[in-house]
Amino acid sequence: MIVLLPLSAIFIKTAGLGWREFVAVALSRRALAAYRLSFGAAALAAAINAVFGLLVAWVLVRYDFAGKRVVSALVDLPFALPTAVAGIALTALYAPNGWIGSLLPFKVAFEPVGVVVALTFIGLPFVVRTVEPVLADLGADVEEAAASLGAGRWTTFRRVVLPAVLPALVTGFALAFARGVGEYGSVIFIAGNLPFRSEIAPLLIVQQLEQYNYRGATAIAATMLTASFAILVAINLLQAWDRRKMAAL
Amino acid sequence: MKTTAEPGWLRWLLIAAALGFLGINLALPLAQVFAGALAKGIAVYRAAVVEPDAVAAMRLTLTVAAIAVPLNIVFGLAASWAITKFDFPGKAMLISLIDLPLSVSPVVSGLIYVLLFGLQGWAGPWLREHDIRIVFAVPGIVLATVFVTFPFVARELIPLMLEQGRSDEEAARSLGATGWQTFRRVTLPNIRWGLLYGVLLCNARAMGEFGAVSVVSGHIRGLTNTLPLHIEILYNEYNYVAAFAVASLLAGLALVTLVAKSVLEWRFGDAIAGGGH
Repeated sequence: MIVLLPLSAIFIKTAGLGWREFVAVALSRRALAAYRLSFGAAALAAAINAVFGLLVAWVLVRYDFAGKRVVSALVDLPFALPTAVAGIALTALYAPNGWIGSLLPFKVAFEPVGVVVALTFIGLPFVVRTVEPVLADLGADVEEAAASLGAGRWTTFRRVVLPAVLPALVTGFALAFARGVGEYGSVIFIAGNLPFRSEIAPLLIVQQLEQYNYRGATAIAATMLTASFAILVAINLLQAWDRRKMAAL
Repeated sequence: MKTTAEPGWLRWLLIAAALGFLGINLALPLAQVFAGALAKGIAVYRAAVVEPDAVAAMRLTLTVAAIAVPLNIVFGLAASWAITKFDFPGKAMLISLIDLPLSVSPVVSGLIYVLLFGLQGWAGPWLREHDIRIVFAVPGIVLATVFVTFPFVARELIPLMLEQGRSDEEAARSLGATGWQTFRRVTLPNIRWGLLYGVLLCNARAMGEFGAVSVVSGHIRGLTNTLPLHIEILYNEYNYVAAFAVASLLAGLALVTLVAKSVLEWRFGDAIAGGGH
């Protein structure tokens, strides 16, 4: 009741909008540019996190080093840190006079690439926490078998480890992506919010609301919700696939 | 068997790469919050934290969490109890629905409540006649927070309760315990650490929620501003030190959450297994 009833309100409200008005708002050039940025930056950030998330999960599961427990706790920071706090911290870091921004030859804050930076921060734990248990469950025996058959370390990783963690990795990617598409708090500070350039879709909804254009806000929200729902269904299918694959191992 | 271990140099290279990534991506932003907060010394920091609007925001944030977290403990317990201990049609659908607030944009979550209870919303005219304000007032902030933080408790409990199965409850029932007794004496002790873990995450999110709350709050200073919204206002007024000072309070909360979470994982790892993501 808490979840379903309110959500249906969005679609009913959109249905009362009429097709022309819907297209005029939800599919305007400015909205399309915002979707492209939101979905593109989220995909890029999720891809970066898939690579580094796998690396971090591997290091945490396989190796021992000083301070490992602290590092493991730190991975969850984006879950615990409020997004507005993350947003202003990242902006200050990557601003032209910031600790990182002053070292880089190109601008990051107030540019589309800033959106990717914020979404990379937000999405990392989704990948690490999804891959970690699968990697931990993967017995040493299959790797030993591969090694005893003459496979090198890289071949074993590519042919034995990677296929086993791939479903979890894809799930983590999808979770990070879904979160990134809708993310607001951490992005609006660093993005600069220039229309057609660094303006994300959730911000567009807020702007419509601030002009009391509830119908416009709803139309954009319905478009995003449809996309989110499709992603959610895909995640559930992936997880079913993941379970079947693990059961077969 | 040594053949399944990487050579030492490769191991150190991988560890260094992972730590480097985490350092730049996670540790530096955290350090930036505290560095920014203390940039003009401790006196300026203290002034920003005890300033009346900041205190009002703090009070509101605590109030909202104090309402939203207990509500979601009850909802989360009820949902995971129903899902794991009983069979009914549409169960898979219900599990997907519980996760929905996690993949819906917070802004959209807030918008929902504006549509339902706003002046032009469905319940708007009726609410206005009875002089009840929900949107752009505290009740709206609470509702939006409840919606956004709903999944955290249930998500921790469902895998845990699935793993524990129903045999303990069935034994209790066969010995003549009532439903409530079974729940209080058997189920609850079994899941208490997992529950605490879910509550920690729920609380961190409840105090830090920005997008959903921003849409429903109306940003009335001293009245409907939570801590995260207060940070945004200060930042947009170029009052960076004050913004980071207030942010450092929330960052401190995040650190406490992480430490408590690690301690729980370390002490009661088995009792909360199945959760964690």
